[in-house]
Amino acid sequence: MARVASEEHELRRVIDEDREVDGLGADDLLAIYRSLILLRTYDERSVVYHRQGRIGTYAIFWNHEAMQAGSVHALADEDWIFPSYRESAIGLLRGIPASTVLHWWRGHPAGWWNPAEHRVASICVPIGTHVPHAAGLAWGEKLKGSSAVAIAYFGDGATSEGAFHEGANFAAVMQAPLILFCNNNQWAISTPLEAQTRAEALSDKAVGYGMPGVRVDGGDVLAVYEATREAVERGRAGGGPTFIEAVSYRAAPHATADDPRVYIDLDRVEEEKRNECVGRYEAYLRRLGVLDDATAEEIKNDALETMRRGIAAAEAEPEPDPELVFDNAYVLPPPGLREGWDG
Amino acid sequence: MAEKFLVEAVNDALHVELARDETLMVMGEDVGRAGGVFRATAGLRERFGENRCVDTPLAEAGILGSAIGLCMAGWRPVCEMQYDAFSYPCLDQLITHVGRYRWRTGGKMEFPLVVRMPYGGGVRAPELHDDSPEAYYVHTPGVKVAIPSTPADAKGLLAAAIRDPDPVVVLEPKLIYRGEKQEVPEGEHVVPLGQARLAREGTDVTLVAYGAMVRVCERAADELEGAASVEVLDLRSLRPLDEDALLASAAKTGRVVVVQEAPRTAGFGAEIAAILAEKAILDLHGPVLRVTGFDVPYPYWKIEDRYMPSVERVVGAARKLLEF
Repeated sequence: MARVASEEHELRRVIDEDREVDGLGADDLLAIYRSLILLRTYDERSVVYHRQGRIGTYAIFWNHEAMQAGSVHALADEDWIFPSYRESAIGLLRGIPASTVLHWWRGHPAGWWNPAEHRVASICVPIGTHVPHAAGLAWGEKLKGSSAVAIAYFGDGATSEGAFHEGANFAAVMQAPLILFCNNNQWAISTPLEAQTRAEALSDKAVGYGMPGVRVDGGDVLAVYEATREAVERGRAGGGPTFIEAVSYRAAPHATADDPRVYIDLDRVEEEKRNECVGRYEAYLRRLGVLDDATAEEIKNDALETMRRGIAAAEAEPEPDPELVFDNAYVLPPPGLREGWDG
Repeated sequence: MAEKFLVEAVNDALHVELARDETLMVMGEDVGRAGGVFRATAGLRERFGENRCVDTPLAEAGILGSAIGLCMAGWRPVCEMQYDAFSYPCLDQLITHVGRYRWRTGGKMEFPLVVRMPYGGGVRAPELHDDSPEAYYVHTPGVKVAIPSTPADAKGLLAAAIRDPDPVVVLEPKLIYRGEKQEVPEGEHVVPLGQARLAREGTDVTLVAYGAMVRVCERAADELEGAASVEVLDLRSLRPLDEDALLASAAKTGRVVVVQEAPRTAGFGAEIAAILAEKAILDLHGPVLRVTGFDVPYPYWKIEDRYMPSVERVVGAARKLLEF
């Protein structure tokens, strides 16, 4: 049974300690960098596209990229990802086209995807209600005798939700191979962490569920990778779920519709921006001699090109057929569904 | 054919369907070791193992939420909610995900899960063991709702719900769980969703009901014998709704009384009345009347009989309509 000692609240770090992660070669390190840049570029371009009126309201994930890229790199292709809206573009790391996710933010039905295709569940908009889905999936895979694990992403605010509790408890009772990945950016729109919980650390909650809880520096992509890899190995070996608390700080608005200046500590935001996760990793790779200017430029240009093509493809998509209103809600629709439709 | 109580027919359906489909699993509170508080799932754990008849933690949203994930992994979960009013925590998952997930995937993924629960009053139970929550469920897009009133239908509708590719909520009238043994077909038995049953044929007035209220309506028809020829229409499923059967009966009798245990306002009876107003107005000789519970919390059981629609209230409504 997991126990928490105070020293375990220390954040696991790799980059700041100039450590190296066992088993990660230069190609792996560059692949992680490529994912970070793709996510960063997606996010920054999306804010611009929103301002240009090309996508709707958008949930920004700037400075959350390390948590997403680091954890996804620890997964195998058979493993399932359950994103919240903060991880809307995480499917890009699995091969979902940028245009598909842009469609989602454009309110276009072409933003629908088949979760089974890339093993990426639909983006969960309500807070924490996908945690039981991920628990059920992980449990169901285990019942089938498969080795797949699942990871569910949620924020610090979600830990106050009943669905988080029920999902975490289910996963523990069923010993489901689930990674509960908490992106603790310390803000739930305007609600600070201290108004969310009296727990010293969110990872302490794991003790009550009888699962290991670990804390990592959420801005350290390699610490996130390493912690997730251990959780994946534990899950695959039949060791059940793990709670990972990745601690960061939300350095951008909650979404394009939010103005955090009325509630946030702007000095703290500036400090976080100076220490943001992509720059930290880039500096680390340069210290290791793994990344040079030409490679960095090529990777950034590739990401920009992906986004240029993505938005072009999204904008080239014809307007959706209004008949889609009635499609897809049922396999066998009840009669009368179109009652009152004037189409 | 063997004679069975309604709850035994539910149990029979689960045995038959679990044997037929290896991806089917039953989950819920006390469904395994105890076989369910009403014994609806008795014997399943012994026969199919603890992984296909699962005792879950006491977490209704967790049960239904994890059922969604189980569907994604290729399972077909049948979730028991222990009582009608204990199902309310699962409404979060039902409304935000169960009814929407297939739509959200562009129709590319199916969620063939079933939620079944005992519902309704009249059983002398503590608070929140007596509700009729059908309106919440039928108001949720993406979800189908079936309600049997006989043992044979309890088996057949549950089998249909299990085999349906869409999520289906089955509400089982606990008042008649062990009311009267009736013949139930052996082996596989499916009653398609969306086909109402003419429980009694008549020509002067139609009593429309579902669940335990069908028996109340049949008794009311007995009371009225000699005074009026009464038709009793058992809807069997609220979505899909057998509108053709409803309209045909209204056209035949010209008088319709709808009976529901649930509170009056925005209940399913109001939907029936609205459909008749829209599509049968020229067939009707008088207003559609409702005999319902009331817009109050379900009362203490010492006085619950005055809350539940009674034979007398149904007869009264029918007489009023016949004299209109």
